[in-house]
Amino acid sequence: MADKKAVPLGGVIPEGGTADGYSTGGWRKLRPVLNKEKCTNCLICWVMCPDSAVITEDGKMIGFDLEHCKGCGICAMECPDKVKAIKMEEEAD
Amino acid sequence: MAITMTKGQAGLTGNSAIAYAMKQINPDVCPAYPITPSTAVIEEFASYVADGAVTTELITVESEHSAMSACIGAAAAGARVMTATSSQGLALMWEMLYIASGMRLPIILTDVNRALSAPINIHCDHSDSMGARDSGWIQLYSETVQEAYDNLIQAVRIAEDETVQLPVMVCLDGFITSHAIENITLLSDEEVQGFVGEYNAKTTLLDIDHPVTMGAMSLPENYIDFKFQQSEAIARSKDTVLKVAEDFEKRFGRKYGLFEGYRLEDAEIAIVILNSAAGTTKVAVDELRKKGLKAGLLRPRLFRPFPFKELAEALKDKKAIAVLDRADSMNGFGGPVFNELRSALYDVPKRPKVVSRIYGLGGRDYKVKDAIAVFEELKTIAETGMVDTLQKYITI
Repeated sequence: MADKKAVPLGGVIPEGGTADGYSTGGWRKLRPVLNKEKCTNCLICWVMCPDSAVITEDGKMIGFDLEHCKGCGICAMECPDKVKAIKMEEEAD
Repeated sequence: MAITMTKGQAGLTGNSAIAYAMKQINPDVCPAYPITPSTAVIEEFASYVADGAVTTELITVESEHSAMSACIGAAAAGARVMTATSSQGLALMWEMLYIASGMRLPIILTDVNRALSAPINIHCDHSDSMGARDSGWIQLYSETVQEAYDNLIQAVRIAEDETVQLPVMVCLDGFITSHAIENITLLSDEEVQGFVGEYNAKTTLLDIDHPVTMGAMSLPENYIDFKFQQSEAIARSKDTVLKVAEDFEKRFGRKYGLFEGYRLEDAEIAIVILNSAAGTTKVAVDELRKKGLKAGLLRPRLFRPFPFKELAEALKDKKAIAVLDRADSMNGFGGPVFNELRSALYDVPKRPKVVSRIYGLGGRDYKVKDAIAVFEELKTIAETGMVDTLQKYITI
Protein backbone atom coordinates (compact mmCIF):
# COMPACT_ATOMS: atom_id res chain seq x y z
CA MET A 1 0.00 0.00 0.00
CA ALA A 2 1.85 3.05 -1.30
CA ASP A 3 -0.47 5.67 0.16
CA LYS A 4 -0.84 4.67 3.78
CA LYS A 5 -4.01 6.69 4.20
CA ALA A 6 -5.80 5.09 1.26
CA VAL A 7 -6.74 1.84 2.98
CA PRO A 8 -10.02 0.15 1.97
CA LEU A 9 -13.04 1.12 4.09
CA GLY A 10 -13.38 -1.06 7.18
CA GLY A 11 -10.54 -3.31 6.07
CA VAL A 12 -12.56 -4.94 3.29
CA ILE A 13 -10.28 -6.79 0.90
CA PRO A 14 -11.90 -6.59 -2.54
CA GLU A 15 -11.35 -10.28 -3.35
CA GLY A 16 -12.02 -13.66 -1.79
CA GLY A 17 -9.77 -16.57 -0.81
CA THR A 18 -6.95 -14.27 0.27
CA ALA A 19 -5.71 -16.74 2.91
CA ASP A 20 -4.16 -18.64 0.01
CA GLY A 21 -1.61 -15.87 -0.40
CA TYR A 22 -0.62 -15.89 3.24
CA SER A 23 2.05 -18.46 4.05
CA THR A 24 1.50 -19.93 7.51
CA GLY A 25 3.92 -22.85 7.02
CA GLY A 26 6.60 -20.96 8.91
CA TRP A 27 4.60 -21.32 12.14
CA ARG A 28 5.17 -25.08 12.07
CA LYS A 29 7.20 -26.82 14.78
CA LEU A 30 6.10 -30.36 13.89
CA ARG A 31 5.88 -31.58 10.29
CA PRO A 32 3.39 -34.27 9.15
CA VAL A 33 5.06 -37.12 7.30
CA LEU A 34 2.95 -39.55 5.26
CA ASN A 35 3.70 -43.27 4.95
CA LYS A 36 2.19 -44.00 1.52
CA GLU A 37 2.35 -47.77 2.09
CA LYS A 38 0.16 -47.69 5.19
CA CYS A 39 -2.31 -45.05 3.88
CA THR A 40 -5.73 -46.43 2.86
CA ASN A 41 -6.92 -43.13 1.29
CA CYS A 42 -9.89 -42.88 3.66
CA LEU A 43 -9.39 -39.08 3.51
CA ILE A 44 -10.37 -38.50 7.14
CA CYS A 45 -7.27 -36.26 7.34
CA TRP A 46 -8.53 -34.25 4.35
CA VAL A 47 -11.89 -33.77 6.08
CA MET A 48 -10.38 -32.81 9.44
CA CYS A 49 -7.50 -30.53 8.38
CA PRO A 50 -8.45 -26.99 9.55
CA ASP A 51 -6.15 -25.37 6.98
CA SER A 52 -7.13 -27.38 3.89
CA ALA A 53 -3.49 -28.42 3.69
CA VAL A 54 -4.05 -32.07 2.74
CA ILE A 55 -3.54 -32.49 -1.01
CA THR A 56 -5.52 -35.10 -2.93
CA GLU A 57 -5.51 -36.26 -6.51
CA ASP A 58 -8.10 -38.55 -8.10
CA GLY A 59 -9.58 -39.26 -4.68
CA LYS A 60 -6.22 -40.28 -3.26
CA MET A 61 -4.19 -38.66 -0.51
CA ILE A 62 -0.86 -37.58 -2.00
CA GLY A 63 0.71 -35.28 0.62
CA PHE A 64 0.67 -31.94 2.41
CA ASP A 65 0.68 -28.30 1.39
CA LEU A 66 3.60 -27.29 3.60
CA GLU A 67 3.15 -23.59 2.66
CA HIS A 68 -0.04 -23.59 4.75
CA CYS A 69 0.23 -26.57 7.16
CA LYS A 70 0.75 -25.14 10.68
CA GLY A 71 1.74 -28.52 12.10
CA CYS A 72 -1.21 -28.86 14.46
CA GLY A 73 -1.15 -32.67 14.20
CA ILE A 74 -4.89 -33.18 13.82
CA CYS A 75 -4.31 -35.32 10.70
CA ALA A 76 -1.96 -37.66 12.60
CA MET A 77 -4.41 -37.85 15.50
CA GLU A 78 -7.42 -38.56 13.27
CA CYS A 79 -5.67 -41.13 11.07
CA PRO A 80 -7.42 -44.41 12.13
CA ASP A 81 -5.70 -46.45 14.87
CA LYS A 82 -5.33 -49.49 12.62
CA VAL A 83 -3.57 -47.40 9.96
CA LYS A 84 -1.55 -44.58 11.58
CA ALA A 85 0.01 -43.54 8.30
CA ILE A 86 0.89 -39.99 9.45
CA LYS A 87 3.67 -39.23 11.91
CA MET A 88 4.58 -35.82 13.29
CA GLU A 89 8.32 -35.17 13.19
CA GLU A 90 10.34 -32.26 14.59
CA GLU A 91 11.01 -29.66 11.88
CA ALA A 92 14.44 -29.20 13.39
CA ASP A 93 15.46 -32.84 12.81
CA MET B 1 -50.01 -3.92 20.40
CA ALA B 2 -52.62 -1.88 18.59
CA ILE B 3 -51.76 1.80 18.65
CA THR B 4 -54.65 4.25 18.63
CA MET B 5 -53.85 7.61 17.13
CA THR B 6 -55.74 10.87 17.26
CA LYS B 7 -54.52 13.31 14.60
CA GLY B 8 -51.15 11.58 14.52
CA GLN B 9 -50.85 11.78 18.31
CA ALA B 10 -50.51 8.71 20.49
CA GLY B 11 -49.77 7.99 24.12
CA LEU B 12 -46.76 5.68 24.11
CA THR B 13 -44.02 4.48 26.42
CA GLY B 14 -40.44 4.94 25.24
CA ASN B 15 -40.16 1.23 24.51
CA SER B 16 -43.39 1.17 22.48
CA ALA B 17 -42.28 4.19 20.49
CA ILE B 18 -38.91 2.56 19.71
CA ALA B 19 -40.62 -0.70 18.67
CA TYR B 20 -43.05 1.30 16.53
CA ALA B 21 -40.20 3.19 14.86
CA MET B 22 -38.51 -0.15 14.18
CA LYS B 23 -41.75 -1.43 12.64
CA GLN B 24 -41.89 1.63 10.39
CA ILE B 25 -38.23 1.32 9.42
CA ASN B 26 -38.74 -2.41 8.75
CA PRO B 27 -35.10 -3.51 9.05
CA ASP B 28 -33.92 -6.65 7.24
CA VAL B 29 -32.59 -8.38 10.35
CA CYS B 30 -33.10 -7.98 14.11
CA PRO B 31 -31.01 -10.30 16.29
CA ALA B 32 -32.03 -9.77 19.90
CA TYR B 33 -31.80 -11.04 23.46
CA PRO B 34 -34.28 -9.06 25.60
CA ILE B 35 -33.16 -7.52 28.90
CA THR B 36 -34.86 -5.20 31.39
CA PRO B 37 -35.72 -2.34 30.89
CA SER B 38 -35.50 -2.66 27.07
CA THR B 39 -37.44 -5.97 27.00
CA ALA B 40 -40.65 -4.45 25.68
CA VAL B 41 -38.86 -3.10 22.59
CA ILE B 42 -38.15 -6.62 21.39
CA GLU B 43 -41.38 -8.05 22.83
CA GLU B 44 -43.50 -5.59 20.84
CA PHE B 45 -41.30 -5.78 17.77
CA ALA B 46 -41.62 -9.59 17.88
CA SER B 47 -45.41 -9.11 17.71
CA TYR B 48 -45.01 -7.00 14.57
CA VAL B 49 -42.89 -9.79 13.09
CA ALA B 50 -45.42 -12.47 14.11
CA ASP B 51 -48.30 -10.41 12.68
CA GLY B 52 -46.51 -9.97 9.37
CA ALA B 53 -46.44 -6.18 9.83
CA VAL B 54 -42.74 -6.25 8.92
CA THR B 55 -40.58 -8.47 6.74
CA THR B 56 -37.74 -8.51 9.29
CA GLU B 57 -35.89 -11.71 10.10
CA LEU B 58 -36.02 -11.82 13.91
CA ILE B 59 -33.17 -13.95 15.24
CA THR B 60 -33.56 -15.09 18.83
CA VAL B 61 -30.04 -15.72 20.07
CA GLU B 62 -28.59 -17.14 23.28
CA SER B 63 -26.84 -14.03 24.61
CA GLU B 64 -26.14 -10.39 23.82
CA HIS B 65 -22.65 -11.34 22.67
CA SER B 66 -24.35 -13.51 20.06
CA ALA B 67 -26.90 -10.80 19.32
CA MET B 68 -24.21 -8.30 18.36
CA SER B 69 -22.25 -11.03 16.54
CA ALA B 70 -25.34 -11.82 14.47
CA CYS B 71 -25.84 -8.10 13.84
CA ILE B 72 -22.29 -7.93 12.49
CA GLY B 73 -22.75 -11.00 10.29
CA ALA B 74 -26.03 -9.76 8.89
CA ALA B 75 -24.67 -6.26 8.31
CA ALA B 76 -21.62 -7.73 6.55
CA ALA B 77 -24.08 -9.59 4.33
CA GLY B 78 -25.55 -6.21 3.40
CA ALA B 79 -28.64 -6.13 5.62
CA ARG B 80 -30.10 -3.15 7.47
CA VAL B 81 -29.80 -4.31 11.07
CA MET B 82 -31.30 -3.15 14.37
CA THR B 83 -31.30 -4.42 17.95
CA ALA B 84 -31.92 -3.19 21.49
CA THR B 85 -30.37 -3.85 24.88
CA SER B 86 -29.55 -2.45 28.34
CA SER B 87 -26.88 -2.59 31.02
CA GLN B 88 -25.29 -6.05 31.35
CA GLY B 89 -26.53 -6.83 27.86
CA LEU B 90 -24.52 -3.96 26.42
CA ALA B 91 -21.60 -5.00 28.61
CA LEU B 92 -21.72 -8.51 27.15
CA MET B 93 -21.69 -7.01 23.64
CA TRP B 94 -18.52 -5.08 24.43
CA GLU B 95 -15.91 -6.84 22.28
CA MET B 96 -18.34 -7.04 19.37
CA LEU B 97 -19.14 -3.30 19.59
CA TYR B 98 -15.57 -2.51 18.56
CA ILE B 99 -15.76 -5.01 15.70
CA ALA B 100 -19.01 -3.48 14.41
CA SER B 101 -17.44 0.00 14.30
CA GLY B 102 -14.04 -1.19 13.05
CA MET B 103 -15.68 -3.03 10.17
CA ARG B 104 -17.71 0.13 9.46
CA LEU B 105 -21.09 -1.58 9.70
CA PRO B 106 -24.07 0.79 10.09
CA ILE B 107 -25.89 -1.17 12.80
CA ILE B 108 -28.53 0.63 14.89
CA LEU B 109 -28.80 -0.21 18.59
CA THR B 110 -31.24 1.20 21.12
CA ASP B 111 -29.72 1.28 24.59
CA VAL B 112 -32.30 1.76 27.30
CA ASN B 113 -29.94 3.12 29.94
CA ARG B 114 -29.64 1.01 33.08
CA ALA B 115 -27.05 0.77 35.85
CA LEU B 116 -24.33 -1.89 35.76
CA SER B 117 -23.90 -4.50 38.50
CA ALA B 118 -22.76 -4.84 41.28
CA PRO B 119 -24.92 -4.37 43.26
CA ILE B 120 -27.45 -5.64 40.76
CA ASN B 121 -29.91 -2.94 39.80
CA ILE B 122 -32.43 -2.56 37.00
CA HIS B 123 -32.99 1.20 37.13
CA CYS B 124 -31.61 4.12 35.20
CA ASP B 125 -28.13 5.46 35.03
CA HIS B 126 -25.70 5.94 32.16
CA SER B 127 -22.86 3.66 33.23
CA ASP B 128 -23.72 1.17 30.45
CA SER B 129 -23.51 3.53 27.46
CA MET B 130 -20.71 5.59 29.04
CA GLY B 131 -18.65 2.42 29.26
CA ALA B 132 -19.10 2.05 25.50
CA ARG B 133 -18.12 5.63 24.77
CA ASP B 134 -14.76 4.74 23.24
CA SER B 135 -16.07 1.85 21.15
CA GLY B 136 -16.37 3.90 17.97
CA TRP B 137 -20.18 4.06 18.01
CA ILE B 138 -22.00 7.32 17.42
CA GLN B 139 -24.11 8.05 20.52
CA LEU B 140 -27.35 10.03 20.54
CA TYR B 141 -29.09 10.76 23.85
CA SER B 142 -32.83 11.39 24.15
CA GLU B 143 -34.69 13.45 26.73
CA THR B 144 -38.21 12.33 25.86
CA VAL B 145 -40.17 9.53 24.18
CA GLN B 146 -40.64 11.83 21.18
CA GLU B 147 -36.93 12.45 20.89
CA ALA B 148 -36.08 8.76 21.26
CA TYR B 149 -38.52 7.97 18.41
CA ASP B 150 -37.14 10.78 16.23
CA ASN B 151 -33.52 9.90 17.06
CA LEU B 152 -33.98 6.28 16.04
CA ILE B 153 -35.37 7.26 12.65
CA GLN B 154 -32.55 9.76 12.11
CA ALA B 155 -29.96 7.22 13.30
CA VAL B 156 -30.59 5.07 10.23
CA ARG B 157 -29.68 7.90 7.86
CA ILE B 158 -26.66 8.94 9.94
CA ALA B 159 -25.25 5.41 10.14
CA GLU B 160 -25.76 4.62 6.46
CA ASP B 161 -24.50 7.97 5.12
CA GLU B 162 -21.72 7.10 2.71
CA THR B 163 -19.30 9.48 4.42
CA VAL B 164 -20.01 7.86 7.80
CA GLN B 165 -20.70 4.08 7.62
CA LEU B 166 -20.64 3.61 11.37
CA PRO B 167 -22.94 2.05 13.97
CA VAL B 168 -25.21 4.32 16.01
CA MET B 169 -26.46 3.88 19.57
CA VAL B 170 -29.66 5.68 20.59
CA CYS B 171 -29.89 6.08 24.37
CA LEU B 172 -32.95 6.76 26.50
CA ASP B 173 -33.46 6.53 30.24
CA GLY B 174 -34.56 3.16 31.64
CA PHE B 175 -38.04 3.20 33.21
CA ILE B 176 -38.16 7.01 33.33
CA THR B 177 -38.47 7.25 29.54
CA SER B 178 -38.81 3.59 28.54
CA HIS B 179 -41.85 2.85 30.71
CA ALA B 180 -43.55 6.22 31.15
CA ILE B 181 -46.32 7.12 28.72
CA GLU B 182 -45.95 10.40 26.88
CA ASN B 183 -48.11 11.98 24.24
CA ILE B 184 -46.06 11.87 21.05
CA THR B 185 -46.54 12.65 17.39
CA LEU B 186 -45.95 9.68 15.12
CA LEU B 187 -45.01 9.85 11.48
CA SER B 188 -46.80 7.76 8.88
CA ASP B 189 -45.11 4.59 7.60
CA GLU B 190 -44.68 6.29 4.21
CA GLU B 191 -43.00 9.31 5.80
CA VAL B 192 -40.55 7.10 7.68
CA GLN B 193 -39.85 4.94 4.61
CA GLY B 194 -39.39 8.05 2.49
CA PHE B 195 -36.97 9.49 5.03
CA VAL B 196 -34.79 6.42 5.66
CA GLY B 197 -34.86 5.29 2.02
CA GLU B 198 -33.57 1.99 0.74
CA TYR B 199 -30.28 0.64 2.00
CA ASN B 200 -27.75 -0.65 -0.48
CA ALA B 201 -24.56 -1.82 1.19
CA LYS B 202 -21.41 -1.06 -0.79
CA THR B 203 -19.96 -4.49 -0.19
CA THR B 204 -21.86 -7.60 0.75
CA LEU B 205 -20.78 -11.13 1.50
CA LEU B 206 -23.78 -12.41 -0.45
CA ASP B 207 -22.60 -10.91 -3.75
CA ILE B 208 -20.83 -14.05 -4.98
CA ASP B 209 -19.95 -12.42 -8.30
CA HIS B 210 -17.75 -9.96 -6.39
CA PRO B 211 -16.29 -11.92 -3.48
CA VAL B 212 -14.68 -9.91 -0.68
CA THR B 213 -12.78 -10.71 2.49
CA MET B 214 -14.12 -8.98 5.62
CA GLY B 215 -12.72 -8.89 9.12
CA ALA B 216 -9.22 -9.79 7.99
CA MET B 217 -6.12 -9.38 10.14
CA SER B 218 -4.18 -6.14 9.97
CA LEU B 219 -0.75 -5.92 11.57
CA PRO B 220 1.56 -2.94 12.28
CA GLU B 221 1.84 -2.25 8.51
CA ASN B 222 -1.68 -0.83 8.37
CA TYR B 223 -3.78 -1.27 11.57
CA ILE B 224 -3.19 2.35 12.59
CA ASP B 225 -4.20 3.53 9.12
CA PHE B 226 -7.58 1.83 9.48
CA LYS B 227 -8.02 3.41 12.91
CA PHE B 228 -7.06 6.82 11.50
CA GLN B 229 -9.66 6.38 8.76
CA GLN B 230 -12.28 5.37 11.35
CA SER B 231 -11.42 8.30 13.61
CA GLU B 232 -11.82 10.73 10.72
CA ALA B 233 -15.17 9.17 9.82
CA ILE B 234 -16.65 9.51 13.30
CA ALA B 235 -15.38 13.09 13.56
CA ARG B 236 -17.04 13.85 10.19
CA SER B 237 -20.30 12.27 11.33
CA LYS B 238 -21.06 15.41 13.35
CA ASP B 239 -21.86 17.23 10.11
CA THR B 240 -24.02 14.32 8.99
CA VAL B 241 -25.97 14.44 12.28
CA LEU B 242 -26.76 18.10 11.55
CA LYS B 243 -27.53 17.47 7.88
CA VAL B 244 -29.95 14.64 8.75
CA ALA B 245 -31.57 16.75 11.51
CA GLU B 246 -32.05 19.58 9.02
CA ASP B 247 -33.84 17.31 6.54
CA PHE B 248 -35.90 15.85 9.39
CA GLU B 249 -37.00 19.35 10.40
CA LYS B 250 -37.79 20.33 6.82
CA ARG B 251 -40.01 17.30 6.37
CA PHE B 252 -41.60 16.91 9.79
CA GLY B 253 -41.10 20.23 11.61
CA ARG B 254 -39.24 19.01 14.69
CA LYS B 255 -35.83 20.63 15.19
CA TYR B 256 -32.75 18.86 16.57
CA GLY B 257 -29.14 19.92 16.91
CA LEU B 258 -25.94 18.67 18.50
CA PHE B 259 -27.29 19.87 21.85
CA GLU B 260 -30.25 21.72 23.30
CA GLY B 261 -29.85 25.01 25.12
CA TYR B 262 -32.65 26.01 27.48
CA ARG B 263 -32.67 29.69 28.51
CA LEU B 264 -28.94 29.36 27.96
CA GLU B 265 -28.07 32.39 25.87
CA ASP B 266 -28.15 35.03 28.62
CA ALA B 267 -27.53 32.57 31.49
CA GLU B 268 -24.66 33.22 33.88
CA ILE B 269 -24.79 29.81 35.52
CA ALA B 270 -25.67 26.55 33.79
CA ILE B 271 -26.20 22.86 34.35
CA VAL B 272 -25.06 20.41 31.68
CA ILE B 273 -27.00 17.16 31.86
CA LEU B 274 -28.06 14.27 29.60
CA ASN B 275 -31.42 12.66 28.87
CA SER B 276 -34.61 12.82 30.99
CA ALA B 277 -33.10 14.67 33.97
CA ALA B 278 -32.87 17.70 31.69
CA GLY B 279 -36.67 17.98 31.95
CA THR B 280 -36.46 18.20 35.73
CA THR B 281 -33.66 20.75 35.44
CA LYS B 282 -35.75 22.91 33.10
CA VAL B 283 -38.42 23.23 35.82
CA ALA B 284 -35.70 24.37 38.24
CA VAL B 285 -34.42 26.88 35.66
CA ASP B 286 -37.92 28.35 35.27
CA GLU B 287 -38.41 28.64 39.03
CA LEU B 288 -35.06 30.35 39.54
CA ARG B 289 -35.61 32.68 36.58
CA LYS B 290 -38.81 33.87 38.28
CA LYS B 291 -36.60 34.90 41.22
CA GLY B 292 -34.25 36.75 38.89
CA LEU B 293 -31.41 34.21 38.84
CA LYS B 294 -29.87 33.85 35.40
CA ALA B 295 -29.90 30.06 35.27
CA GLY B 296 -29.76 27.95 32.10
CA LEU B 297 -29.35 24.44 30.84
CA LEU B 298 -27.37 22.65 28.15
CA ARG B 299 -28.38 19.13 27.21
CA PRO B 300 -25.99 17.34 24.85
CA ARG B 301 -27.83 15.24 22.26
CA LEU B 302 -24.74 14.03 20.46
CA PHE B 303 -22.12 12.68 22.86
CA ARG B 304 -20.08 10.68 20.33
CA PRO B 305 -18.49 12.29 18.47
CA PHE B 306 -18.10 14.87 21.25
CA PRO B 307 -18.90 18.30 19.75
CA PHE B 308 -16.27 20.06 21.85
CA LYS B 309 -16.04 23.24 19.73
CA GLU B 310 -19.78 23.87 19.66
CA LEU B 311 -20.18 23.14 23.37
CA ALA B 312 -17.30 25.43 24.30
CA GLU B 313 -18.78 28.17 22.10
CA ALA B 314 -22.19 27.83 23.81
CA LEU B 315 -20.72 27.91 27.32
CA LYS B 316 -17.72 30.25 26.99
CA ASP B 317 -19.41 33.27 28.57
CA LYS B 318 -20.91 31.48 31.57
CA LYS B 319 -19.53 32.22 35.01
CA ALA B 320 -20.07 28.81 36.59
CA ILE B 321 -21.13 25.45 35.19
CA ALA B 322 -22.05 22.17 36.88
CA VAL B 323 -21.82 19.01 34.78
CA LEU B 324 -24.17 16.40 36.18
CA ASP B 325 -23.19 12.85 35.30
CA ARG B 326 -25.45 9.85 35.83
CA ALA B 327 -22.34 7.65 35.74
CA ASP B 328 -19.07 7.71 37.62
CA SER B 329 -15.79 7.24 35.83
CA MET B 330 -14.44 5.44 38.89
CA ASN B 331 -11.46 7.34 40.19
CA GLY B 332 -11.16 9.32 36.98
CA PHE B 333 -11.33 13.12 37.04
CA GLY B 334 -15.06 13.59 37.63
CA GLY B 335 -17.85 12.01 35.58
CA PRO B 336 -17.36 11.29 31.86
CA VAL B 337 -19.31 14.30 30.53
CA PHE B 338 -17.63 16.62 33.06
CA ASN B 339 -14.20 15.38 32.15
CA GLU B 340 -14.62 16.04 28.44
CA LEU B 341 -16.59 19.26 28.77
CA ARG B 342 -14.10 20.80 31.18
CA SER B 343 -11.34 19.86 28.76
CA ALA B 344 -13.30 21.43 25.89
CA LEU B 345 -13.42 24.70 27.86
CA TYR B 346 -9.67 24.76 28.50
CA ASP B 347 -8.94 26.91 25.44
CA VAL B 348 -11.67 29.46 26.12
CA PRO B 349 -10.07 32.88 26.96
CA LYS B 350 -12.19 33.46 30.08
CA ARG B 351 -12.59 29.96 31.37
CA PRO B 352 -15.79 29.40 33.39
CA LYS B 353 -15.57 27.52 36.69
CA VAL B 354 -16.73 23.94 36.08
CA VAL B 355 -17.68 21.43 38.77
CA SER B 356 -18.62 17.74 38.63
CA ARG B 357 -21.70 16.34 40.33
CA ILE B 358 -22.58 12.64 40.14
CA TYR B 359 -26.32 12.08 40.59
CA GLY B 360 -29.08 9.52 40.33
CA LEU B 361 -27.02 6.32 40.08
CA GLY B 362 -29.12 3.16 39.94
CA GLY B 363 -32.31 5.17 39.43
CA ARG B 364 -32.07 7.37 42.53
CA ASP B 365 -34.57 10.21 42.05
CA TYR B 366 -33.24 13.54 40.85
CA LYS B 367 -35.74 16.18 41.86
CA VAL B 368 -36.28 19.85 41.14
CA LYS B 369 -34.91 20.65 44.60
CA ASP B 370 -31.66 18.81 43.72
CA ALA B 371 -31.24 20.94 40.60
CA ILE B 372 -32.02 24.09 42.60
CA ALA B 373 -29.40 23.17 45.21
CA VAL B 374 -26.80 22.82 42.43
CA PHE B 375 -27.80 26.18 40.94
CA GLU B 376 -27.47 27.80 44.38
CA GLU B 377 -23.97 26.41 44.69
CA LEU B 378 -23.20 27.75 41.21
CA LYS B 379 -24.52 31.16 42.24
CA THR B 380 -22.02 31.28 45.09
CA ILE B 381 -19.19 30.12 42.81
CA ALA B 382 -20.13 32.81 40.25
CA GLU B 383 -20.20 35.51 42.92
CA THR B 384 -16.98 34.56 44.71
CA GLY B 385 -15.03 33.01 41.85
CA MET B 386 -14.09 30.28 44.31
CA VAL B 387 -14.87 26.57 44.01
CA ASP B 388 -15.37 24.89 47.34
CA THR B 389 -15.93 21.33 46.16
CA LEU B 390 -14.80 20.43 42.65
CA GLN B 391 -16.41 17.02 42.52
CA LYS B 392 -18.96 15.25 44.66
CA TYR B 393 -21.96 12.95 44.70
CA ILE B 394 -25.40 14.50 45.08
CA THR B 395 -28.84 12.90 45.59
CA ILE B 396 -27.35 10.81 48.41
